[in-house]
Amino acid sequence: MKIAITSQGDKLSSEVDPRFGRCAYFLIVDSETDSFEAISNPAVSAGGGAGIQASQLVLDKGVEAVITGNVGPNAFRTLRGAGIKVYGGASGTVEESLKSFKEGKLQDLSNASVPGHFGMKGGM
Amino acid sequence: MIISVASGKGGTGKTTIAVNLALFLARENSAKVQLLDCDVEEPNAHLFLKPKLDTSQPVTIPVPKIDDSMCTLCGRCAEVCAYNALAVLKDQVMVFDQLCHGCGGCTLLCPEKAIAEKDREMGVLEAGKSGSINFVHGRLNIGEAMAGPLIRAVKERIDPDAVTIIDVPPGTSCPVVESVKGSDYTLLVTEPTPFGLNDLELAVGVVRKLGIPIGVIINRADLGDRGVKDYCQREAIPVLGEIPYDHKLARLYSTGIAILNEEERYLQIFARIWNLIESQVQVELQAQSG
Repeated sequence: MKIAITSQGDKLSSEVDPRFGRCAYFLIVDSETDSFEAISNPAVSAGGGAGIQASQLVLDKGVEAVITGNVGPNAFRTLRGAGIKVYGGASGTVEESLKSFKEGKLQDLSNASVPGHFGMKGGM
Repeated sequence: MIISVASGKGGTGKTTIAVNLALFLARENSAKVQLLDCDVEEPNAHLFLKPKLDTSQPVTIPVPKIDDSMCTLCGRCAEVCAYNALAVLKDQVMVFDQLCHGCGGCTLLCPEKAIAEKDREMGVLEAGKSGSINFVHGRLNIGEAMAGPLIRAVKERIDPDAVTIIDVPPGTSCPVVESVKGSDYTLLVTEPTPFGLNDLELAVGVVRKLGIPIGVIINRADLGDRGVKDYCQREAIPVLGEIPYDHKLARLYSTGIAILNEEERYLQIFARIWNLIESQVQVELQAQSG
């Protein structure tokens, strides 16, 4: 299964970016082989609608799940509309969160975890 | 002639200056006078002018409506949307109305002609008279993120034969640019504090970029420090007037009474401001034609 993990860098050892729409990178990981592709997120500088633009990018990549820290309402609506599962509350490195995900330790969000514009404050 | 009254910082006295300049002109000048309150997020000039509002019209923007039977989910609409108001999923197109700026790009470029437009109301425009002053303002609906289209609707009411005073929202972002552009002159109202100066510098940056001549008015001029005056001198920006810190003015403000309706002695200050604006706009016009 293809998973998009929000990341502050372009490696599996990079820290998870707690923001979804305005994360620095998406690491698109194949959970069977652990092979991955790093994509720099163009939505990071969007004036508005970053969450929607980022969602469009990961859904065009054919991912089935997203692992991130927090997700806002517009991104959540788009991802869920596309049938993509959203796992929030991830922290540590990308590798670590991938492991937590495989062990079933990450929470499948049923709602947006933060209000709109959260990522514009740096997501802290 | 269009005079916009702006500031970077909020609460410096934009509305006070705009309202009293309009009152001065209505009293002393033969030209028609218009006051446009473009601070559509929190309009307040009406509290002082108390106009009789006889016009009220909804202001709408066109947002896309997708015809699912014609849409092939090609993704062109989301691609051309500069505001990310559309997402194309496997089985549907999602439209985020609140993000749509109503530019019409998706409708124009949809190869299947599957997009129609529906009007979404974003606010209301109200107009009326206050004495001889023609008054117009916009009120943005609660929760609305975008002020631009409503400000444009208010500015469509500009009468080219009148002197138009525009009360501009605070800040230096899109609503300010939308309100100020097209002015013949911009008054920047500030206060002589480090905070006032910081935001004045930002506002000067924006208005200069728009190529509009600037004059500064210092409110509560006897407080604070010399920073604003020194800055204006360095940048060759004329200071057209100074309003002192006067408890009486604060009291009038808090009861919704315009200064010139109560305190005749301030008439001189506004007369001087107006003379300086007029002469500078003349100079500017001559420079343009010469």
